[in-house]
Amino acid sequence: MNPANYIILSAILFSLGAIGVLVRRNAIIVFMSVELMLNAANLAFVAFARMNGNLDGQVAAFFVMVVAAAEVVVGLAIIVTIFRSRRSASIDEPNLLKY
Amino acid sequence: MTEVNLGEEIVFWFSGGLAVLGALGLILSRKAVHSALWVALTMINLAVLYVANSAPFLGMVQVVVYTGAVMMLFLFVLMVVGVDSSDSLIETLKGQRLVAIVLAVGLAILLVAGIGAGLTDVVPVGLDEANGVDGGNVQGIARLLFTDYLVAFEVTSALLITAALGAMVLAHRERWLPRASQEELSKARFTGTGHPGNLPSSGTYARHNAVDTPALLPDGSPSAQSIPGPLVARGDVRPVDHHDVEQIESLDGGSK
Amino acid sequence: MPAAGVFSLIWLLIALPLFGAAVLLLGGRRTNSWGPYLGVLTVVGSAVLAVLMLVAMMGHSAEERSVGQTLFTWVFAGGFQADMAFQLDQLSMVFVLLITIVGSLIHIYSIGYMSHDADKRKFFGYLNLFVAAMLLLVLANNYLLLYVGWEGVGLASYLLIGFWQIKPTAAAAAKKAFIINRVGDVGLSLAIMVMFVTFGSVSFSDVFGQAAEASEGTLTAIGLLLLLAACGKSAQFPLQAWLLDAMEGPTPVSALIHAATMVTAGVYLIVRSNAVFDRAVWAAGAVVLIGLITIFMGAIIGSAKDDIKKSLAGSTMSQIGYMIFAAGLGPIGYVFAIFHLLTHGVFKAGLFLGAGSVMHGMKDNVNMRRYGALRGLMIITFVTFMAGYLAIMGIPPFSGFWSKDEIIHAAFERSWVIGAAAILGAGITGFYMTRMIAMTFFGKARWEEGVHPHESPAVMTIPLVILAIGSTFLGMALLFWGNIETWLEPVVGFASNPTQLSSTALMAITLVVVLIGAFIGWRQYGAKPVPVDAPSGNWLTRAARRDLYGDLVNEVVVVRPSFTLARWLTWFDSSWIDGFVNGSAAFVGGASGRMRRTQSGFARSYALSMLGGAVLIVAALVLVRLS
Repeated sequence: MNPANYIILSAILFSLGAIGVLVRRNAIIVFMSVELMLNAANLAFVAFARMNGNLDGQVAAFFVMVVAAAEVVVGLAIIVTIFRSRRSASIDEPNLLKY
Repeated sequence: MTEVNLGEEIVFWFSGGLAVLGALGLILSRKAVHSALWVALTMINLAVLYVANSAPFLGMVQVVVYTGAVMMLFLFVLMVVGVDSSDSLIETLKGQRLVAIVLAVGLAILLVAGIGAGLTDVVPVGLDEANGVDGGNVQGIARLLFTDYLVAFEVTSALLITAALGAMVLAHRERWLPRASQEELSKARFTGTGHPGNLPSSGTYARHNAVDTPALLPDGSPSAQSIPGPLVARGDVRPVDHHDVEQIESLDGGSK
Repeated sequence: MPAAGVFSLIWLLIALPLFGAAVLLLGGRRTNSWGPYLGVLTVVGSAVLAVLMLVAMMGHSAEERSVGQTLFTWVFAGGFQADMAFQLDQLSMVFVLLITIVGSLIHIYSIGYMSHDADKRKFFGYLNLFVAAMLLLVLANNYLLLYVGWEGVGLASYLLIGFWQIKPTAAAAAKKAFIINRVGDVGLSLAIMVMFVTFGSVSFSDVFGQAAEASEGTLTAIGLLLLLAACGKSAQFPLQAWLLDAMEGPTPVSALIHAATMVTAGVYLIVRSNAVFDRAVWAAGAVVLIGLITIFMGAIIGSAKDDIKKSLAGSTMSQIGYMIFAAGLGPIGYVFAIFHLLTHGVFKAGLFLGAGSVMHGMKDNVNMRRYGALRGLMIITFVTFMAGYLAIMGIPPFSGFWSKDEIIHAAFERSWVIGAAAILGAGITGFYMTRMIAMTFFGKARWEEGVHPHESPAVMTIPLVILAIGSTFLGMALLFWGNIETWLEPVVGFASNPTQLSSTALMAITLVVVLIGAFIGWRQYGAKPVPVDAPSGNWLTRAARRDLYGDLVNEVVVVRPSFTLARWLTWFDSSWIDGFVNGSAAFVGGASGRMRRTQSGFARSYALSMLGGAVLIVAALVLVRLS
């Protein structure tokens, strides 16, 4: 098996995450799709680290995880705040910044 | 592992397939909680794949941080927002669904074609040597973190602190009215409507003392107040078995 | 020669009237009571100074008579330099004398003529301004400073023609004079530009010194442009239409500016630039032709006008035509052009002031058909007017005879055809001048109701007398005692060719022709009674009454096309240029109105465009990689 298969798997997961971001309306599900995309990127990092024979890819994946965690924290806090005032978790709801 | 052996291949196809299945479940589920569970499935499978790629540390961190902390955080927020929240299937933006699918599929094809074409003859170097330098994968990552990537490390730690503060600020509820004092709470309790005292707790019987078992009023009828409201609303009140009550009374010597 | 002695006060000649103008115009109503007298004093002061300078100059030998005085460097820009510098040579000296002396007399006359006018302070201020500008014109030693004086007299003329500005005809006449003058001024400025390009400088010494090295084409161009300027200022064909309308101004203005001085500035320009015209035969030929045309034009127009001032204006146009004609003849004519200019300045001023005196006595009526039999009631006016009449006719020994006959003689030196034309012009002069005195002073009284003709006060008659004395004796004085030919020769050159007829024979023929013209005029207007309403007359009379259709030509050739062009330009501007500007603005507005709909407010559509962009970038990378 070609080690590139891992990369192909990463690409497929990434595209599925992109579809999830664009098609779903619930803010939490959109967020989870973003997490899926980040995970796909992590998989690609790890596979390349193995292919290249050094651990830099794994360190990069590590940092991605840390940043993703911080992002989730803040993002969910924002969703909660919006939900408190608007009583809705749809991302189509706040659409006032328009023409 | 410089080459991919058969065992790894099986692991790849199995875990990879489950990961794709989880991703599909994420984007196709109606209920948000179901989506969360599918995502957790994907993440665990990805952890397995990390381990297969000689990244045991990352695999464990994936399980602990991602699946454990991040997904649990998602579920908590889902509880706040409402577990029942579900999307309607009708798309409100014109053409969004079609264009999104076309673009994403196109992106996948491009990436696969591009990367596949570039990696056909690549032989993976493998991480045996890199892991062996410091005596293990964890040590190797630690060396890199604290030497080459030190600044990034410090910056991300600052980021984490900032994120925590940000969450506290955002989730903070501002108190608009002054806090009610003990005196006011008592007054409100006794002068307002509602029961001033404690509600009766549920009945305690030899065989049943669960929350859904009502207590008996002096005239033998069950007290609806002794059962939590949601259970009453759902109709989950357990009927009292009077046979047991009479049995106990007879044992008791008829003292009422 | 540098200025020394009394010549170091050359600048004072200009500064005195300029100071008077400044005080009177800027001082306002406070100067109303004593202003006019200050105006008179400044010009009289300049006249006294000019006489002193003449005396000093006559004491010098012929080579040393040209005096220069530089005040400061005015323009110093790259390769171009023009100084505020004056040159008083024999030519400018005679002009300075004419301007200051005749100017003083007219100022004194105006004290009486304008005594009832509320704005007389302003009048004297403008008159002083004119005298200062005209002196600057003749004293300048470079063409740029001359142009300043040129423009200055044009401005003063505009201000004075339109002095009674509430009269719409006066305002229109002032505007017309200024605009037609402007056309001529373009000629002068273009000439200055060509001079600068050719010679590198516009001072007289440089231009005349290097004129021999310039090509004949360039000199012809300069000559023709200078001729255009002279036509504008001196009311020659084709820019003659303004002079008759300029009679809307007060009579002293007509006398000073439009008879004696400003209209002679064109002659001065041509004579001063003799170095150019001597070498540009075609330009000189054009000058002669223009002069000849104008002699007849002015005479014919003057013969048909019933307004005494307009008739005198036509006469002025014709006489200046003589001067221009003489100047175009070259060195054989320059001296006589100036000679005639001086004598004409004196007798024409006298005639105009006399006409003003008649108008003053006839309650400002200018229609000669309403005059008649005034010779017994306005004796001094009549006698002085007759002196001017005899001078302009060219009857010996009056001044006009000497100057005009010399011009006719010079014309014959060139060719007998133009000589005969000049004699014919003299004949017509006799006709219209006799017509004028016959209608005014002789015949039966045709006065309107309530008009009691009376003689003018002394302040008006004394200048008349002085000018009449000049009309009588100035010709002989300048020719015999002043030796005008030798006086001007160092500046303009003088030549003399023999003619087929002797001078005496020419004089006799001229006199006979003039007397025939006078006889015809007397028979028409003196012997027969003059009808009060003008008869319709033949085609020539009708044409002459309409200024030989000069205004009509201007209207059709210049005014209407200009208006059409302006209308078309306005249409083009508003529909095309504004349309383009507004259209591009509307396009931008419309485009942004459509483009802003992409800002839908939905985060998902923004995310979709982000994904689209990412796909494009990946595609580009993959394509580059694969190719």
